[in-house]
Amino acid sequence: MLKRDLVIVGAGPAGMAAAISAYENGVEDILLLERDQYLGGILNQCVHTGFGLNYFKEILTGPEYAHRFIEKLKGIEAIEVSLKSFVVCLRADKTLTYFKPGALETAQAKALIMATGCREKTREMVHIAGGRPAGIFSAGLAQKLINIEGLLPGREIVIVGSGDIGLIMARRFILEGAKVKAVVEIQQQTRGLMRNVVQCLEDFDIPLYMRHKISKIHGRDRVEKVDIVKVDEELNEIAGSEFQLACDTVLISVGLIPENELIEMAGVKLDKKTNSPVSDEVNKTSIPGLFVCGNAFKVYDLVDSVSRDSADAGRLASEYLRGLK
Amino acid sequence: MKPYDVVIIGAGVVGSAIGRELSRYKLNIAILEKEEECGFGVSKSNSGIIHPGTQHPAASLKGKLCVRGNILMRKISRELGVDFKEVGELIIAFSREEIVRLMELKKEAELLGVPRLKIVDKKWLKKNEPNLSDEAIAALYAPTAGIISPYRLAYDLCENAIKNGVEIHTDKKVRGIIKSGDCFEIQTQNGEFKSRYLINAAGLCADDISRMVGVSDFKISPRKGEEFILDKKKEHIVNHLLFPLPSKVSKGVLVIKTADGNPMIGPTAEDASDKEDLATSDEGLKKALAGARKMIPSISENDIIAYFAGLRPVGFTAPHPLAGEDFIIRHEHKATGFVNVAGIQSPGLTAAPAIAVLVSDILRNNGLTMKKKFHFCGHHREITHLFAIPFSRTKKLVKKDLAYGDIVCRCEMVSAKEVQDAIRCGAKTLDGIKFRTRAQAGRCHGSFCTTRIMKILAEERKIPLTQITKRGRGSELVKEDRLDA
Amino acid sequence: MIKELTCIECPKSCSLMVDIENCRIVKVNGNQCPRGQDYAKAEIENPLRILTGVVLTKGLAIKMVPVRTDKPIPKARILEAADEIKKLKVTNPLGIGDIIVSNFMGLAVNLIATRDVL
Repeated sequence: MLKRDLVIVGAGPAGMAAAISAYENGVEDILLLERDQYLGGILNQCVHTGFGLNYFKEILTGPEYAHRFIEKLKGIEAIEVSLKSFVVCLRADKTLTYFKPGALETAQAKALIMATGCREKTREMVHIAGGRPAGIFSAGLAQKLINIEGLLPGREIVIVGSGDIGLIMARRFILEGAKVKAVVEIQQQTRGLMRNVVQCLEDFDIPLYMRHKISKIHGRDRVEKVDIVKVDEELNEIAGSEFQLACDTVLISVGLIPENELIEMAGVKLDKKTNSPVSDEVNKTSIPGLFVCGNAFKVYDLVDSVSRDSADAGRLASEYLRGLK
Repeated sequence: MKPYDVVIIGAGVVGSAIGRELSRYKLNIAILEKEEECGFGVSKSNSGIIHPGTQHPAASLKGKLCVRGNILMRKISRELGVDFKEVGELIIAFSREEIVRLMELKKEAELLGVPRLKIVDKKWLKKNEPNLSDEAIAALYAPTAGIISPYRLAYDLCENAIKNGVEIHTDKKVRGIIKSGDCFEIQTQNGEFKSRYLINAAGLCADDISRMVGVSDFKISPRKGEEFILDKKKEHIVNHLLFPLPSKVSKGVLVIKTADGNPMIGPTAEDASDKEDLATSDEGLKKALAGARKMIPSISENDIIAYFAGLRPVGFTAPHPLAGEDFIIRHEHKATGFVNVAGIQSPGLTAAPAIAVLVSDILRNNGLTMKKKFHFCGHHREITHLFAIPFSRTKKLVKKDLAYGDIVCRCEMVSAKEVQDAIRCGAKTLDGIKFRTRAQAGRCHGSFCTTRIMKILAEERKIPLTQITKRGRGSELVKEDRLDA
Repeated sequence: MIKELTCIECPKSCSLMVDIENCRIVKVNGNQCPRGQDYAKAEIENPLRILTGVVLTKGLAIKMVPVRTDKPIPKARILEAADEIKKLKVTNPLGIGDIIVSNFMGLAVNLIATRDVL
């Protein structure tokens, strides 16, 4: 079994920042595991601007922000990058089992940083009545289809949820030539940044319905239309307020869930509501030497905050390793 | 065109069980399926319960075939390599009156030959079903109840039937049937088939098919059942299959374990107006939760991670206000050579192997010469699921074939090899891959793996990405590819 | 007259109150930095936006290369510009920042790659 000083799971913005910081703080043996075939994580599909204003004092797109860290990583020999490497098992003693091209490996880490990001809440997690036609996507999947695969998921879109991802995707669909019929938000205020409401919805006259929800999705093989209804403060439907919108696509953008099933496997307690690790100190968990950073620790609004948080985690890991010696 | 000996309409669990059973004999057999893949009709919404045979009148076909099927299913699942688990069933009583009904059910079931039934008390329940409501005072325990994956069973039955010479034609909706001399001429939207014998295992459409040969003394009425799947983390919440006492229309809202490990609550029972209406509803959710919480009070709405609806093909032979009537399995003398296998609702999955044997007998008794083959291969090659084998075995597989180490679905740990194998075994759609491999059925519901699966499908089937569907024509996933701009 | 605007220059999304007389800005209030002033001026007189998107590649390691205009373009031309991007194809390897189309749409901006594509 391989023994490594520091293993980092995830080479998106969090993992990369943690790796660089750990090196800058004296760690000389770092294994960075990434399941995809590229570094950069979710930033690769975030082709819009809005990144880096805080961290670099520049307005960058997702890939440009990622590039800054990728370039820095390439120059550091102490960081071994392993792509297409996918962790399947994590134990309390910080041993991990992971796939990599051609093999299933086990490694014993002295210190471990989990930078596994988030997954999206899907239609299945919020009950929306109706069938299961094609055309219902999480916003992130739609983004991946368009920006990575060059595929247009639909032509007439209704978006559930006014979080940033939903707003960004509203604009993205318009720019690809589709019609966005509405963004529907169940709360009385938008969840995303105000500037996104302006540059994604107002710029294109996309109707935003606050205190509304989709009550039913129609269509057997493909989405055909949706019923939209107004709700009161208790989120109960207001009779008589229903209207229908014809559409072929429903985008779900109702929240992110930190991906912490691996540390749960190792016995770390997760908060039932947020799926974040239960912890008294930032980035630390109940297992000494096992740290969590980035969106896996807490869902951040800006990637700039992820980079700062992950740099802290890298520093903490280096302190921990020094303490062991 | 040389006629087939037997054509079966419908490649669900029943049609494919019949196909496989008949493939033991030297016969030319074809199954016609209207959907893009086998099992995409009634069978895919099945909860996977192998019933012991309680809750059916002793004189009923349902009862007899269920008990027989329960026994046959064990052998078949071993032969095909499908995981069958005996978990046992408890019908729960909440009052003295209900205990009396339990004893009546026990008596009826014993007449049918259901083995090892016993009435258990509160002490037994507290020990063996600790999360059960305190209001439960007794239960009828039927140890021979089990669970199986209904679509993996359907696929394995189909593939084994194909291995033994049965042809399966999908995307063939039957439009009309004409009797011409000794043969039935079966017209579909793309192709005609001729057959001496015709088996109607068409699920929800069985009455439509039967009408085509002039037999219209029954109606299939769809009764919807909504089911709600709970997070696998709640696996421990139930140990057996929990039933309330049955009503006149259904067995009630259950709390069960499924073959994949997730607990499930439901089904509801609402008469549907439309044979294609698979919508779930807020009312359905409320009813399922209420019914489930009556038995396991700690279940909450937050535990629900997925939901779906199915339609039971309820057979009515007379204008009947309520009733789950019996199976309609008979040779039609008005249309010689035509066998109806209709109204196969619960316990249809359990009964399927026994139905197949019964249909086989019906054919023999109605003039079909059935010579047994020398070489019937009842065994199915084992399908590898990485999530079901130990790491030591996985290590060897990865060294042998790199595609095993290429993880496509990270929530369920499904490799590219398994996805490729599923496609080579007949999966053509995203749903087909989901049912066979579990890819897209995990926590993220396809957010991570969908694009990769689409690319593997496009490569294996040599079709453009814009033609990849969720479950057949009309359900294409994307509208345009920049490649075609 | 007073026009209300939300500044989009940074995540703070300051609420601006812009005093306009005879189609010219008299005063801007509500901004927490000088960029808000510039944004208000541009937004009233000549709204500009940075356009981002993806361009199809052929024979390269990734199917779509993410792109952007290196400077903002008139908001009124955004949809037309987005349509133009859909028609493009890249066949040569690119480094991040390389120009794909110079003087894009005749608007004196360049369409550049935002990712290395080999």
